[in-house]
Amino acid sequence: MLEVKDLYVTVEGNEILKGLTLTINAGEVHAIMGPNGAGKSTLSAVIAGKDGYEVTSGSITFEGQDVLEMEVEERALAGMLLGFQYPVEIPGVKNIYLLKAALNAKRSANGQEDIPAPEFMKLIKEKIAEMKMDASFLQRSVNEGFSGGEKKRNEILQMLVLQPRLAMLDEIDSGLDIDAMKVVADGVNSLRDAERAILLVTHYQRLLDYIVPDRVHVLVDGRIVKSGDAELAKKLEAHGYDWVEEGSAA
Amino acid sequence: MASQEMEELVRRDYKEGFVTDIESDTLPPGLDEDVIAFISNKKGEPAWMLEWRLEAYRKWLKMTPPSWAHLDYPPIDYQSISYFSAPKRDEDKPQSLDEVDPKLLETYEKLGIPLHERAALAGVAVDAVFDSVSVATTFKETLGEAGVIFCSISEAIREYPELIKQYLGTVVPVTDNYFAALNSAVFTDGSFVFVPKGVTCPMELSTYFRINAANTGQFERTLIICEEGAQVSYLEGCTAPMRDENQLHAAVVELVTLDDAYIKYSTVQNWYPGDEDGKGGIYNFVTKRGDCRGDRSRISWTQVETGSAITWKYPSCVLRGKDSIGEFYSVAVTNGRQQADTGTKMIHIGEGTRSSIISKGISAGRSNQSYRGLVKIGPRAKGARNFTQCDSLLIGDTCGAHTFPYQEIGNSTATVEHEATTSKIGEDQLFYCQSRGISEEDAVSMIVNGFCKDVFQELPMEFAVEAEALLSVTLEGAVG
Amino acid sequence: MSDVQTFLDRLAERNAQRGREPTWIAARRQAGAARFEALGFPTRRDEAWKYTDVRAIARGDFALADDAEFSPATAAALTLPIDAHRLTFVDGVFSASLSQLDGLPSGVALLPLSRALEENHEAVGGPLGRLTGVEFSPFSALNTAFTEEGAVVRLAPGTVVEKPIVLQFLSRAGDQPVMSHPRILIEAAGRSQATVIEHHIGEEAAANFTNLVEEVMLDRGAILTHYKLQEAPLADLHVASIHVEQGRDSTYTSFNLNLGGSLVRTDLISELNGQGATANFYGLFYGQGRQHVDSHTLANHNAPHTYSNENYKGILDDRAHGVFNGKVVVKRDSQKIEGYQSNANLLLSDRAEIDAKPELEIYADDVKCSHGSTTGQLDEEAIFALRTRGIDRQTARGLLTLAFAGEVLEEVDVDTISERVELAVAGKLPERFNLAGLVEAAVALDDE
Repeated sequence: MLEVKDLYVTVEGNEILKGLTLTINAGEVHAIMGPNGAGKSTLSAVIAGKDGYEVTSGSITFEGQDVLEMEVEERALAGMLLGFQYPVEIPGVKNIYLLKAALNAKRSANGQEDIPAPEFMKLIKEKIAEMKMDASFLQRSVNEGFSGGEKKRNEILQMLVLQPRLAMLDEIDSGLDIDAMKVVADGVNSLRDAERAILLVTHYQRLLDYIVPDRVHVLVDGRIVKSGDAELAKKLEAHGYDWVEEGSAA
Repeated sequence: MASQEMEELVRRDYKEGFVTDIESDTLPPGLDEDVIAFISNKKGEPAWMLEWRLEAYRKWLKMTPPSWAHLDYPPIDYQSISYFSAPKRDEDKPQSLDEVDPKLLETYEKLGIPLHERAALAGVAVDAVFDSVSVATTFKETLGEAGVIFCSISEAIREYPELIKQYLGTVVPVTDNYFAALNSAVFTDGSFVFVPKGVTCPMELSTYFRINAANTGQFERTLIICEEGAQVSYLEGCTAPMRDENQLHAAVVELVTLDDAYIKYSTVQNWYPGDEDGKGGIYNFVTKRGDCRGDRSRISWTQVETGSAITWKYPSCVLRGKDSIGEFYSVAVTNGRQQADTGTKMIHIGEGTRSSIISKGISAGRSNQSYRGLVKIGPRAKGARNFTQCDSLLIGDTCGAHTFPYQEIGNSTATVEHEATTSKIGEDQLFYCQSRGISEEDAVSMIVNGFCKDVFQELPMEFAVEAEALLSVTLEGAVG
Repeated sequence: MSDVQTFLDRLAERNAQRGREPTWIAARRQAGAARFEALGFPTRRDEAWKYTDVRAIARGDFALADDAEFSPATAAALTLPIDAHRLTFVDGVFSASLSQLDGLPSGVALLPLSRALEENHEAVGGPLGRLTGVEFSPFSALNTAFTEEGAVVRLAPGTVVEKPIVLQFLSRAGDQPVMSHPRILIEAAGRSQATVIEHHIGEEAAANFTNLVEEVMLDRGAILTHYKLQEAPLADLHVASIHVEQGRDSTYTSFNLNLGGSLVRTDLISELNGQGATANFYGLFYGQGRQHVDSHTLANHNAPHTYSNENYKGILDDRAHGVFNGKVVVKRDSQKIEGYQSNANLLLSDRAEIDAKPELEIYADDVKCSHGSTTGQLDEEAIFALRTRGIDRQTARGLLTLAFAGEVLEEVDVDTISERVELAVAGKLPERFNLAGLVEAAVALDDE
């Protein structure tokens, strides 16, 4: 589904990703772990199309399409959705507007009519209950004045409504207490199916107790230095990232 | 802080008040076409220059003084002013500092500006204007080698008539405003700087203006031109002796930058502000404007205004060239009965032009101070940006601080931001400093200097020191 | 014939038709006319009118309406769907049939000026004109010369009015443009509390001139929220000055929402005379076509411990011209003042223009005053965030433009108004923003 090949990325003249290669197939959940500054967030930002990241070589394809040639919104419409580590506050834009506009954009891209209001309301109410959120969230401005946990739930709510093919979650566990993390993990797990892939970017193994990945990759200094199954995350937890770095150096 | 202490704190005497006793070759008061002809003749000007002056005079006669500023002063009797005064030995100007009248050098000593020392130490070329006539120009040779012309405007009119014809009055047209028209008719001296293509002026240029003769208005005319890629930093400082009569000053400064050129113009103005009742201070009506004619050119105005009874001054930038930059950094301190209406105009004409305005006003005593600014974004100024920060600090409850910013925006891709605050020195800041063992006076001085930091850091080093000293003088003798 | 003479002639005609009236009214009428004649219409050389060209008014020839006939069906469609006490005027003429005055609570007087004068003209003569005479502007002088109708609202001490009071001004389409010079007089006694909604709307083809003068007096502890919802027909000319006087601990909150009219000028002045008084000025204007919308505000802090807070937002498209001039004045010895002013504008077209002038004039030192004014671009980070959800750039811009207006509307407590204005803004936004249907869905969801 997603293929990243030998990707080199610089940010403000600094090379952050140095030959990263990664393949994710439908139905899989991948976790990318690594120490701070390894380039974890850069990877998801580049896939989503954020400004200021220069791809100097390598490629990213999503179901055969060249991702780097696509506009930001085209990537989302193709089914790649990024859950932000620090979701931006958008004063005055109600959550309901964002959800409706995004859903209609997706339907329009698929040649569908705008969603009828009753159907939309039914869908939203169902998803919002799933995320254990209050309906008043919908009339509030996007992320404005939200707690860290509320922002993360809001990111997952958008995933549940928009049903991406590839959900990328950047440090979705940061700033969450254990109850909020369970809600978020339940939400993510509900997205799991044979047609969909999930990419988790995380610093801590803790999240992976709730969302068990099929593959774990260790990202150090802009490159994946080790890959394995869920057990790898546990080993990392026990031994720390130095263990991998020493191992890869040896 | 007790209000009495605060009053003490802001009271000060004018440090630079004294009169130099030099005989002047002065015209009797009055203004008509004969006076203008006399001035032109005294300056040895060509006929076209006299014609230019007379035309300005005729237009001035039909104009009325501006009344929109937040200033209150009695009408000026232009016939009671003398329009020319020069040191006696006009025809025989000193060729070096040794030849300068010792009394003049003494004057500089009293001002704490030992000219020869300072000039030598700082490597600054000094074109000292005393009673409207240049009496000393140094480092001319160094400048000459670099191809930089730095001389009095009178000399330039005689020696470089083509440059004068090409540029004079093109930034500030004769009829721009009442005072500019008057200046055009009667200006007696000032500086001319021409930096040719690709040259970075090898030293900072500085002129000290002083007004000395009673009833003498001073009408400086300054013209600075930087050709493609040229750069210059020009410093202007002013002090004046104590006088009873109000003295009128109406200077005009014109700056022109061609492609990639940069002019930095810094001013420290410390003219006599008048006594405690506001009697006798200088009236300062100045027109300063820079024209960024070339692409990527830049003009930066920095001013520290502490003197004058009346200040009417808006150093401005016309941003014509693509991606050109205009800057205005200002600290104004008013005390006693001083009144200042000052600010800037940033006229964005070209694409991608940028401007920033930082204005810090400190009002004390019974003074009134206004920031007046215009940011205009023309329809062709795509992507133009302006940022304005305009802060006022009030010391005591009998002063006033006012802000009148105008924004005229006619392009949807422009970004214009204006922020302004007015407050007094924070009791908590004072308390904090005092609880660290700092005296109240030092604390106020520190806080005020901190308030002005953004502007002071724009000044050339030696001026920054002088400016800080000036503020300390303002706040000196306070607690006791 | 001069522009001024046209108006004076109309005045003479009207005066000839008038019956006997109290001498004080006649005297003021005369003073107003004399002042108007002396001043003439303002020109752009007058600082207060620097950015506003009133020639469209000055060159007009406006008749005066004599009746209040209006199709009930049209009126019903134009009337705010809100349970309220209501006075309705048609081209300045009172319409009893379109008003709703049943069930007024005790302590509330709501009546047309003409009736208030009939009942007790002396009780009107005191407050009317107390906050503004004929000096304020040529328009206030003109209004004084023509004064005959308007709205009087009186709240007895301690009266809390539950339902909003709507003052509805309908503009009628006709062969001849008409003018009206209404007065609004609101006297809120101590600790009284009310919401007044002033609503200007009319038939699409109307092209009339409304010249309004309002006086609002808040006694100690009174709380008044004043909406001015200006949805006048797009060819209407609208000039209004609102003069507010605030006693101790009173709170006056103004929402100046300007969507309609071709030439619109509003002056809002609050005199904060009592300690603890608070003035909140909120404004939103949307200009399109060749609309000209000018808002002038002034908070006069005449007493210590007074507070003013202002937030105005403008959106301008096509060749529209917006003007914002906000001023905070702190008088000598008015210590412990807080005055905040914020103005932000968005230009959606290269031919639109905004002239902003946020002013501070301060004569006391223990104050916290600030203003900010920005005209500029939408937040690129927010645009990116929306695009990552599959929303195209234009729609993202539309959403953020709507959000820009939303920041003022969030302060509105009357849902009918905030939803109506939000819908109107969404409807006015250029089609490229692709927002059709979005706001309706949100409103529907909220109503459920």
